[in-house]
Amino acid sequence: MFDVEVIRKDFPILSRHVHGVPLVYLDSANTSQKPQAVLDTLNDYYVNHNANVARAVHTLGSEATLLFEQARDKVAAFINAPRREEVVFTKNSSEALNLVAYSLSNASTTPGAERFRVGPGDNIVVTEMEHHSNLVPWQLLAQRTGAEFRYIPIDEQGRLVDSAIDERVDEHTKVLAFVHQSNALGTVNDVARLVGRAKAVGALTVIDASQSAPHRPLDVQALGADFVAFTGHKLYGPTGVGVLWGRYELLAAMPPFLGGGEMIETVDMSGTTFAAPPHRFEAGTPMIAEAIGLGAAIDYLTAIGMDNVQAHEAELTTYALQELMKVPDLKIIGPESPLDRGATISFTIKGIHPHDVSQLLDEFGIAVRAGHHCARPVCVRYGIAATTRASFGIYTTTAEIDALVAGVIKVQEMFG
Amino acid sequence: MSVTDSMYQQIILDHYKHPNNRGELSQFDAEVHHVNPTCGDEVTLRVRLADGEIAELGWVGEGCSISQASTSVMSDLVVGSSVSDALELQEKFLQLMQSQGHPDLSEEEIDALDDAIAFEGVSQYPARVKCALLGWMAMKSAVAEATASAESRSASTQAGE
Repeated sequence: MFDVEVIRKDFPILSRHVHGVPLVYLDSANTSQKPQAVLDTLNDYYVNHNANVARAVHTLGSEATLLFEQARDKVAAFINAPRREEVVFTKNSSEALNLVAYSLSNASTTPGAERFRVGPGDNIVVTEMEHHSNLVPWQLLAQRTGAEFRYIPIDEQGRLVDSAIDERVDEHTKVLAFVHQSNALGTVNDVARLVGRAKAVGALTVIDASQSAPHRPLDVQALGADFVAFTGHKLYGPTGVGVLWGRYELLAAMPPFLGGGEMIETVDMSGTTFAAPPHRFEAGTPMIAEAIGLGAAIDYLTAIGMDNVQAHEAELTTYALQELMKVPDLKIIGPESPLDRGATISFTIKGIHPHDVSQLLDEFGIAVRAGHHCARPVCVRYGIAATTRASFGIYTTTAEIDALVAGVIKVQEMFG
Repeated sequence: MSVTDSMYQQIILDHYKHPNNRGELSQFDAEVHHVNPTCGDEVTLRVRLADGEIAELGWVGEGCSISQASTSVMSDLVVGSSVSDALELQEKFLQLMQSQGHPDLSEEEIDALDDAIAFEGVSQYPARVKCALLGWMAMKSAVAEATASAESRSASTQAGE
């Protein structure tokens, strides 16, 4: 039984006051708050088990290594990965996506990695709704290799223009990288459609699942892509840890991204051979406590059930869209229908700058984000400087949505 | 939060709704265009100097209320004042904005800042300080440009004598 009031008690920060009023935290798409279980796990790790992983033979080293690798098992189970070795820990989603882009780049000069090479005559396709983290690495890869950089445009309702998919993704496409759920619009993309088209032309597929992993069951086998990236801090875990999932046979053939400790097999002054995945892509001492903390967040979510999380947030989204659309002069930027969209709602208010809206809402204790949300092309597409964005999580209540709507109306009165 | 603690003092909202000196001057000595990438605020500002004073100042712009209201307040304070007084006031406003909520200003300085003191609350929000400074920095550049062009005109006049 999903009880939001019980869940809220697990998040100590939600009892905070700001500016003398109770906090209404509606910025979970930016970063989520952390349950006590995650905080306790971080503390327990440092108090009782702290050591470096995969090298020390002493007891603490063994415990730390075990906890770290157990976290990998938890992630693998959470995303239904066929093999635990397909889970690579990274700093965040951006690093996970850059890992793939730079590995493809490094393939240009790696013998045996010809299948990953990208060059003139090839193209790389993203969508117009990408977060900069899944746009800039591909733009840079195109610039480094001479490949063409393309994008699938979005329509007025914040959906991909379907007819453009077959046109932009063609037999010269080497990579199709797209966001599962848009952080700026809330749109959930049709993964089967996009992956299907990419597969038909033999392109690699990369999914940015940063905004979907916290909100719906994520099954990498069902998604069918080659790579899936997400970050821990939006998934109720700590900052500093992210995940790249990749098909084992691809990871095993790809050249490394970063060189350093722990990613090697043997090092000689004449050359180095590399460890098998995932360690090949985890150079240096990893984010041990953070990965273990992410494991605790996954345990927490698994106990609640991601189906329940999705159902709760679908209710919130339906309610919030309905209530916000009653506010005069408020325009939703993104799908107005709760169908195939997530619990992230961007909007503009006629005559009031989003920074004023969010600053005033903050004075009422309501935390929302204003800006281009690191997806500037989306704002450019709609001819706006910025939006105000409210985003929900497992602990969000309809009362908080009421507070948001009341806050927006108050802002309008002040500016009226 | 009580209304008096708010960054959005009534004076700020009033100037945002009813800005002063908004419009383009047909005769001017300098025109500048300043932007604040944080909020995408923009202001285009023209000045006309006469006898060492800011005889006229007109501006157009768009953006957040802090940037637009601050430009309006600034324009009220500097039109009709000497260039040196205007630049001195700009320095004081900059000091106010950099005070992080703890300005070290004398009674006279507070009096001189007049309505601009309403922006004191903004200084506690580093992300918004640039909004409040936009019009003031534009005025400073425009006055410097106008002064420089006046000096070069007078130099060339003298050289021609």
